[in-house]
Amino acid sequence: MGQAYSAGLTVTESMVVRKERILPLKGKVLVTKGTKVKAEDVVAETLLPGKVIPFNLANKLGVTPTQLEKYIKIKAGDQITKKTILAENSGLFGLGFFKSEVRSPVEGEVENISAVTGQVLLREPRIPVQVRAFVDGIVTKVIPDEGVVIENKSAYIQGIFGIGDEITGELLMLAETPDDEIDAGKITEACRNKIIITGSFVPYHVIEIARKHGVKGIITGGIDDQDIKKLLGYDIGVAITGHENIGLTIVCTEGFGKITMAKKTFDLLKQFSGQKASVHGHTQIRAGVIRPEIIIPLDFNEDELISKEASMPILEIGTLIRIIRQPHFGTIAKVTALPEELTKVESETMVRILEAEFEDGTRIRIPRANVEVIES
Amino acid sequence: MQYDEKRLTRIVATDCGSTTTKAILIEYVDGEYRQTIRGEAPTTVEAPLNDVTKGVINSTQELEELARLKYNNPNIKFMENGEFIIPRKGDIGIDAYVSTSSAGGGLQMMVTGVVAKMTGESAERAALGAGAIVMDLIASNDKRMNHEKIERIRHLRPDMILMAGGEDGGTVKHVVEMAELVSGADPKPRLGSSYKLPVIYAGNKEAVEEIRKTLAEKVDLIITDNLRPKLEAENLGPARDKIHDIFMEHVMQQAPGYNKLMEWTRGPDLQRVPIMPTPAAVGNIMQTIAKDEQIEVVGVDIGGATTDVFSVFTEDYVFNRTVSANLGMSYSISNVLASSGLANIMRWVPFDINESELRNMIKNKMIRPTTIPSLLEELVLEQAIAKEALRLAFEQHKEFASSLKGMQRQRDISEAFSQSTSGASIVNMMTLNLLVGSGGVLSHAPRRYQTVMMLIDAFLPEGITRLAVDSIFMMPHLGVLSEISPRAATEVFRKDCMVYLGTCVAPVGKGKYGKPALYAKLELPGGKVFEENIPFGEIRLIPCEPGKVAKATLKTSSGLILDASKAKELTVDLHGGIVGIVLDTRGRQPFALPTEKGERISYLKKWMRELKAYPEDILV
Repeated sequence: MGQAYSAGLTVTESMVVRKERILPLKGKVLVTKGTKVKAEDVVAETLLPGKVIPFNLANKLGVTPTQLEKYIKIKAGDQITKKTILAENSGLFGLGFFKSEVRSPVEGEVENISAVTGQVLLREPRIPVQVRAFVDGIVTKVIPDEGVVIENKSAYIQGIFGIGDEITGELLMLAETPDDEIDAGKITEACRNKIIITGSFVPYHVIEIARKHGVKGIITGGIDDQDIKKLLGYDIGVAITGHENIGLTIVCTEGFGKITMAKKTFDLLKQFSGQKASVHGHTQIRAGVIRPEIIIPLDFNEDELISKEASMPILEIGTLIRIIRQPHFGTIAKVTALPEELTKVESETMVRILEAEFEDGTRIRIPRANVEVIES
Repeated sequence: MQYDEKRLTRIVATDCGSTTTKAILIEYVDGEYRQTIRGEAPTTVEAPLNDVTKGVINSTQELEELARLKYNNPNIKFMENGEFIIPRKGDIGIDAYVSTSSAGGGLQMMVTGVVAKMTGESAERAALGAGAIVMDLIASNDKRMNHEKIERIRHLRPDMILMAGGEDGGTVKHVVEMAELVSGADPKPRLGSSYKLPVIYAGNKEAVEEIRKTLAEKVDLIITDNLRPKLEAENLGPARDKIHDIFMEHVMQQAPGYNKLMEWTRGPDLQRVPIMPTPAAVGNIMQTIAKDEQIEVVGVDIGGATTDVFSVFTEDYVFNRTVSANLGMSYSISNVLASSGLANIMRWVPFDINESELRNMIKNKMIRPTTIPSLLEELVLEQAIAKEALRLAFEQHKEFASSLKGMQRQRDISEAFSQSTSGASIVNMMTLNLLVGSGGVLSHAPRRYQTVMMLIDAFLPEGITRLAVDSIFMMPHLGVLSEISPRAATEVFRKDCMVYLGTCVAPVGKGKYGKPALYAKLELPGGKVFEENIPFGEIRLIPCEPGKVAKATLKTSSGLILDASKAKELTVDLHGGIVGIVLDTRGRQPFALPTEKGERISYLKKWMRELKAYPEDILV
């Protein structure tokens, strides 16, 4: 077989980034097509329905659900306060003696009244939600009542794993080389509100110091799983992350453990040190994969906003690959052969392999599943 | 629609899993159906491709290329311009394309009932039987406050909801109250907001009108027969069928590329063949085995994200399926560690490894789920994790697979002192005849000996149990194939899919390591005889070819028993397999490994050596 498909992460110095910014529920879009927006701008807002409080009114009043109709003072859709009387009976012999009434426990709206169960559903006031642009760019599409699409031209790096929500800030390269492991002393007040780049690894004590100095984000080659457990206070079971509240966002570009940052990633981050970036740690490995992103907006003209059609990264002779599993995890090599037949590797697994050559000329044979294509 | 061998001579079947898309070629050769070629490629439901059909094309391309090599015929072609050519004309095209799918998270459901252990569990059984993952069971008596239930329903975003509750003619209040909670939550479907969430009502038929009034405006309400019309009876079929219909109509339509895939799956007359959820297809196959052979079966399918356990027990062939949504070997591997704990994984590892290194290895597998262990040490670790994933999934299954709860039972005097109650697990390892493994880590283990080791260590079969494995992981394919050709599915299943590994003999009871446990005399085909007094805490592997039988005389010592009648002595035929007959005297109920690390490692190595599980260099 001459070529094969292999998944990889995108790392590029210029591409058209397209971001959908959608409300969780329908609401109001605040910008129009063609508007230039900054990452911090609010582009859409809505009111989320308030919490629903089920309340058994019939029980409270001491009547059966079918009797409730006679005593109820509200109807679905009514606005209510804590003083609103929901139902009252007419008292003993209908003369008002021992009259009892039930007032609303909450402020809000009546959602539903049931004559079968005697239950009313009361909804608390709506909660305002705003969606920000997240990236500097131009609104290229408005989805009425739902949100917008924002596009720009950016340097773009996809991380492999992250924690923490969306942030924007200035990039600050602290590492000297891709395999550097920065000293805690390098993190000073100068790092406040910055997104720092730490090289191949960031240990727990360095993250703690970064938090103290108000660092917004950390971009690292690798991180130790035990340190993440310490940071979060729990073990990540299924990789759905991005909403942790630990005071900063962390993006790993390579994986777990100390792993040299890919040279291309490092060089890009170094080139753009000092510039504004939009970063998030959202990761979801299953069902519609989401990877963390580092988006560094560039100057652009609107006519440049034509995205290339998604293509499959292809493995062929001459392709540059990165090895993504032991042995040689994290190293770069060039494909020299793609033998068709299944081959036995050390674990005795029969797999499709490829042959590749490292920069120093040494050669390896490795399962095709254990590499990713570095897109040129 | 079903077709005969004249119309079906070459079939492509795919299973779009959460990690990989597996394609197989089935051909009608010399008067029989055989599985001839297999290909696979990463599943492509994620960006930038966002289209499941790309993975199908890639895996089919591999089939095409391997078919050209195998038949030395460069003209063979299954697809043109990225689509299947149906029907076949000579070298060009195929007669049918069928597929199963669990990609994109499979089918995710929420179920409701009135009493959690009764109608709630019946609803759960219906959803699981249809191939769903049950995200939560919400019931009137589940101890959560009503407002908490509403919050939960609102946040779940399932693909659909199944509502049960109440016997026909019984009280309507509780089931209507549950409908009110669902209505209050106004739940939205997981994929897309352009359609209303499907809600299937399969509860008390007297409540239908009230349910309609409460829900019809907010959701896409579908009414079907009560799945628990009486306390003593379940009627899960109609609800399961509705789930399948809605899965095809709504859920599949929303997943990336599925619209196209649904157009592709067709028979020779271009009639569409519905895509089946993978677990439903495997469930079909398991039930067929049990009924055809009249045996009790446990099957497992361990995938990247989930582990499914299937069982058929008792003379009524009661079928149960559970899915452990977060136990798997890639996406969910990290959760296996979180659920079982590090110590439980390490107890199966015959060498030392630093905790942080192991944690990082597991997390790296999680974030790059398609990689495979190329180093032996990593293989041993993955197989240790697999044992724990299987063990945990089976524990969940045993708890779930029970007789109907809440039934009145008449007891005779002989039962008065037994512990059996309504709702007891019907999984009985002592009466189990066959244990079948499937899924990457079991089907693709480099040595079948490793598959035997994993199955025994994880499931701890008791007494005499045959072991088998799905040769290259094709049960899902055959499950859906049986819809258009039961003959093709059955023939391929018997000849190419089921690989009999052998038989495990495991006396039940306590013992002391080194003390006498089992006398075994096996008269093997060809006149060879194996005879030994095997001490407690040992494993013996006696080769006996597939299709052959060894005549065995077994006698236990010190309170160990061999079957459900508590026999201590048996003369029995033991079936061979490609691994052979395993005599396991490590005890059951309890099964305990030595607690001291050095001793444990030394025993592990001894057992692994005896089972030929790994090369010698890792066991020294």
